[in-house]
Amino acid sequence: MTRKKRRLYFVILGLLAVGTAAALVLSALRQDIVFFFSPTEILEAKVQTEGRRIRLGGLVEQGSVVKEGAKVRFKVTDGAHALPVEFEGLLPDLFREGQGVVTEGRMGAGVFLASEVLAKHDENYMPKEVADSLKKSGHWQGEEKK
Amino acid sequence: MHRFANPARFLRIAAIVQPWAMAVAVLSFAAGLWFSLLASPADYQQGETVRIMYIHVPSAWMGMFCYTAMAVFSAMGLIWKHPLADLMARATAPVGAAFTLICLVTGSLWGKPMWGTWWVWDARLTSMLILFFLYLGYMALADAFDDPERGQKAANILALVGVVNVPVIKWSVDWWNTLHQPASVVKMGGPAIDASMMVPLILMALAFKAYWVVVLILRTRAEIAAAKLRTLRMAQVHAAGQTEVELHG
Repeated sequence: MTRKKRRLYFVILGLLAVGTAAALVLSALRQDIVFFFSPTEILEAKVQTEGRRIRLGGLVEQGSVVKEGAKVRFKVTDGAHALPVEFEGLLPDLFREGQGVVTEGRMGAGVFLASEVLAKHDENYMPKEVADSLKKSGHWQGEEKK
Repeated sequence: MHRFANPARFLRIAAIVQPWAMAVAVLSFAAGLWFSLLASPADYQQGETVRIMYIHVPSAWMGMFCYTAMAVFSAMGLIWKHPLADLMARATAPVGAAFTLICLVTGSLWGKPMWGTWWVWDARLTSMLILFFLYLGYMALADAFDDPERGQKAANILALVGVVNVPVIKWSVDWWNTLHQPASVVKMGGPAIDASMMVPLILMALAFKAYWVVVLILRTRAEIAAAKLRTLRMAQVHAAGQTEVELHG
């Protein structure tokens, strides 16, 4: 084997080893890398919620937003389950019914007490006219559960 | 591939490519700016803020593209000991670092009004920040040794190890829940971006790529010239030493 070949195999082997190591570490840390949990995961107690700050993510349920002064109440849904959320403060521009949202806070008695609300944007980009005509023609696919 | 490792041949090809790459960079950047700032529609959700995307997304692509190119050059430098590959890896690093920084800053500016926060530690944002640090580490390491060859070797290894981060960035939004939205352009089932918004995006991406080609050629030519200068100086010093010996001998 020439020295060049040996170096080539060495580099390939090294990359494989590093890649495997990274994959193992990332899959082991899965729970910690996940940025938020879904209502289903929280309601079915798949995650530890007691006494710890967590993030809840999903879509703001249609027709669930109620504003009382600075206080906002809404439901976050993932299609299977919906969890009521209470929040006091400023909402981001993209916050609206049917849009994705990530809230940070702790679980109260059946209510998620959020101290921070972040809007999650989806991957669709289009002008307003296109969105309107899609809605009109019935081809609208946004604002649906994934 | 090995044919291109010859510096003389590289200089010949570079002289032809450079003006074309410059023209493409300037023209597509001008057209791209025109489309992204003026001649494209506002988004149905984000409004005018969508225009940040035309800088942000091509910069993110450049960050990942330059790193991949740097890793390939580094592998060539390590395996076949092509000095030209080392020079090209070095030339690419600051370009990639700059675009990654632009991506991080513009993303932050977009995130504040849209998400409601400048920064979150989700998988996409964090892996992009790591990419920026990898670039800085590469540049620091390449210059950290008195013997440039040793520094280059260490930096090449770092570039190769860090390349595992590139697929992590690309698929972070699919593998984990993130605040960052999933891919819009390169994804299954075709792009989720309207054609009128795709035009400025592609133009900007083209401009950035062409800019990289120009910088790569300029910097590699400068490095080759510097190497030539070093050899000439050495020869001069050597020749002077010879005459000295002859005079006193």
